[in-house]
Amino acid sequence: MSAFLEVKNLSVAFPTEDGVVQAVDSLSFSVEKGKTLGIVGESGSGKSVTSLAILGLQKGSRAKVSGQIWVDGNEIVAASESEVRKLRGKAMSMIFQDALAALHPYYTVGHQIAEAYLVHNDVSKKAAMARAVEMLDRVGIPEPHKRVNDFPHQFSGGMRQRAMIAMALSCNPSLLIADEPTTALDVTVQAQILELLRDLQKEFGTAIILITHDLGVVAETADDILLMYAGKQIEYGTVRDVLQVPQHPYAWGLLTSIPRLTGDPNLALTAIQGAPPSLISVPSGCAFHPRCTYVDNVGAACSTLIPELIPVSEGKHHSVRCHMSAKVREQLFTSQVAPHL
Amino acid sequence: MTTTNSPILSVQGLTKHFPGGREGFFGKRDVVQAVDGVTFDVAPGEALGLVGESGCGKSTTGRLITRLLEPTAGSVVFEGQDISHFSNAQMQPIRTQLQMIFQDPYASLNPRHTVGTIVSTPFKINKVTPEGGVKKRVQEILEIVGLNPEHYNRYPHEFSGGQRQRIGIARALALRPKLIVADEPVSALDVSIQAQIINLMKDLQKDFGLTFVFIAHDLAVVRHFAQRVAVMYLGNIVEIADRDTLYATPKHPYTKALLSAVPEADPDAVGARERIRLTGDVPNPINPPSGCRFRTRCWKAADICATQAPALLQIGKTQVACHFPE
Amino acid sequence: MLKYTFRRIISGTLVLGIVSAIVFAIFYILPSDPARLACGKSCTPDLVARIQVALELDQPLPIQYGRFIKGIFVGRTYLGNTDASRECGAPCLGYSYQTDLPVTELLLDRLPATLSIAVGASILWLLIGLSSGIISALRRGTWIDRTSQGFALAAASLQIYFVGLILQFIFVDKLAWLPMPGYTSPFDYPMDWAKQMVLPWVTLAFLLSAIYSRLTRSGMIETMGEDFVRTARAKGLSSRDINLKHVLRAAMTPIVTVFGLDLGSLLGGAVITEYVFNIPGLGKLSTEAVTNLDLPVVTGTVLFAAFFIITANIVVDLLYSVLDPKVRLT
Repeated sequence: MSAFLEVKNLSVAFPTEDGVVQAVDSLSFSVEKGKTLGIVGESGSGKSVTSLAILGLQKGSRAKVSGQIWVDGNEIVAASESEVRKLRGKAMSMIFQDALAALHPYYTVGHQIAEAYLVHNDVSKKAAMARAVEMLDRVGIPEPHKRVNDFPHQFSGGMRQRAMIAMALSCNPSLLIADEPTTALDVTVQAQILELLRDLQKEFGTAIILITHDLGVVAETADDILLMYAGKQIEYGTVRDVLQVPQHPYAWGLLTSIPRLTGDPNLALTAIQGAPPSLISVPSGCAFHPRCTYVDNVGAACSTLIPELIPVSEGKHHSVRCHMSAKVREQLFTSQVAPHL
Repeated sequence: MTTTNSPILSVQGLTKHFPGGREGFFGKRDVVQAVDGVTFDVAPGEALGLVGESGCGKSTTGRLITRLLEPTAGSVVFEGQDISHFSNAQMQPIRTQLQMIFQDPYASLNPRHTVGTIVSTPFKINKVTPEGGVKKRVQEILEIVGLNPEHYNRYPHEFSGGQRQRIGIARALALRPKLIVADEPVSALDVSIQAQIINLMKDLQKDFGLTFVFIAHDLAVVRHFAQRVAVMYLGNIVEIADRDTLYATPKHPYTKALLSAVPEADPDAVGARERIRLTGDVPNPINPPSGCRFRTRCWKAADICATQAPALLQIGKTQVACHFPE
Repeated sequence: MLKYTFRRIISGTLVLGIVSAIVFAIFYILPSDPARLACGKSCTPDLVARIQVALELDQPLPIQYGRFIKGIFVGRTYLGNTDASRECGAPCLGYSYQTDLPVTELLLDRLPATLSIAVGASILWLLIGLSSGIISALRRGTWIDRTSQGFALAAASLQIYFVGLILQFIFVDKLAWLPMPGYTSPFDYPMDWAKQMVLPWVTLAFLLSAIYSRLTRSGMIETMGEDFVRTARAKGLSSRDINLKHVLRAAMTPIVTVFGLDLGSLLGGAVITEYVFNIPGLGKLSTEAVTNLDLPVVTGTVLFAAFFIITANIVVDLLYSVLDPKVRLT
């Protein structure tokens, strides 16, 4: 086991009044140090639940977590809350989508960064504040020694996300989970934040899990892509493979339905019919089958059997969950999908 | 793009200032200059895209056009009538012609009303009885926007986000308006749903000859919907041109930066494109920079930019407000 | 902040002016004749007429009100109905029809008892309410939570006069552990004061700790679901730090607001409690005044209560700006 983060057969289920919601179902992936994995999915795909499970934040809740999560040789799922707590913020940390909500409104930005540093380092409060200033400076906040005393609401949206990053990186974690870190930001600010993350990754060799719904963001920052649908990983591989020779009809649908800055804008977008399923009533068999245009190529299996996650070709780090044979997929892709890309 | 027909909507020097907080006890009230001197025309059957980042005033402009807000200065002329300061009573007949679609399909539909009630409300408010009765007409519209007419008696919470946005569109379509202002109609939707709604609105535009003002922050979405695009920054229009010209040869540095910041889902394009990184965030509209409002983030800024606000001038096929256009 | 305080004091004074005008108008427009009320039992038409002149009731209402306001700020002179004129120093709220004593004096005389009840009870209900609310929130769903919240619901639905009388029956009449409630000055006989105050405190706190417990619990539980609490956990903070520094800190702000207003209105007179336990406070004074249609005293108590509520409001708003940095006072 060489990877810094190794997730094996991770499942997360929530018992509810309407039955058990299988939010994440047998997920397996790994991330090396200095690399970025993009977990992509729409609402309800289970991508955020996965990130919380890695940090062990579902401990003490009603969620049932099974499988294994290895972070730098420590297993998270079976570990006790106090063991995981020592890793949180230190070995692994997280930044969230809405930085305004994710920062405490009544404490200064500096206090909150210093607090994160103090938990894991036996230093004075003064030293921790100095660390906060240093981190704010590192993430590009102008006049950090002054802004350290500001409250979150006094920061702009982009600066708040920078402050979140400063807080998450204050203890030099080896794993950073970024949950939709730029979704609430304007594009020009999003570009700044993504660049900052790339720079920091280069400097510290951090492994990053980037959770997003935006294939563009993944293309620009990630090395690998894990595509999720209704709690399952349906395609997994390098960014180049998944975006250029996508295998799953859902990936095809996503890639042909997003509006782009290139290509003929007068052509209608190829929309995926229907809507993502609710996790309370996930369709039987392949969860995507009610929206899939290609079910006729397979037959009954799509609605009855859950397809296995199979490598696209022998020994390749690109796998897909689809009943269609590789040959049929290739044929369909070149004839029907590629022209729309 | 100039059309031979007279414009259906003509906006001249449109300005909206909101009162902000007060400085001290006897101090002046702050003024948020949300929209400041915006001018553009929309030809019948055209879709004009209004793009910009948060705080640029695009949504306020949309609300001024539909007269949900009253302008501080400037005029909104709809079909030859200056509606800038019309009272609610005067707006009544205009509203049947001028409808709005909102961003949040969750918040903009009353959860206690059935779909039928929601879509038939415009008929009741405007005391219009369509041929064959309201219910028949509403069910027709539901079918047009791709909803099952039998869902007439269902409530909004029984629908997914995309379907809810279809209900919003159905409501806007009810009175067969001429102009629809769509404010971020797809930005709250899942990626796979966005295309459905864009396609639907495009079809409606074609089938009914609708005119659209399409407000969005996403340049790629606007490119797929609008024939002409206006880029806004801090309450001003900085560039306006037909779509192909604007996306191929942006003239304003801001437009250029905005386009280069859009992440593309193509690994080959990532290294190939020119990158322009703007520094900082959009400044506060309470106290916008003097002269050109973009100058604080512009790499081309010179002394003149701080002293003189650039006028929106015609250069080739583009109107651009910049001292040093590309 | 200073300017803000100044502005609030001015607007608060204005509100007091409006309250006084309304109270004044209501009482003096009432069909009952104040002179007849002030006249007492052995009354003659002649005496009524003389009192009307003495109380300036023959004057138009605006002039009466003007003199009333002037009395508050600079004092006023009354013509005596029997002998020479009376000097009523500022702040003058007139004389009681019943006892002929200055209203200001009556109010100040009754204030210590009310103050004793309000301050003592509020400390008690804060202690019980907050701690049980916090424990309930932290042990949500357990038997501790269910017991304490069930108890709180029951307590909140009981009336003060009911609880008060029951407690008095048990602890005073049956067990004789406590003396009859009442008021003695804590500076003279501190132990007696405390013993006599225990029942009013407990009775008031009974109801209010129930309300504060539920308030604290729901505030804490709501805050626990906030994103910033998740952030605190992601940082690796211990649950003790998370609950005290992050959750409680945020949940306290609305409680402070409610507390300020509760205390303010209580200072105007714990009407029912004082009535039940027969304690000579402001609330007792006002009920007596209303029963006897002693209009100057009624006006005085209403104004006094309004003063406390308005002051509490200003204090709460100032405190809020300290507790919540997002609140900018302008």
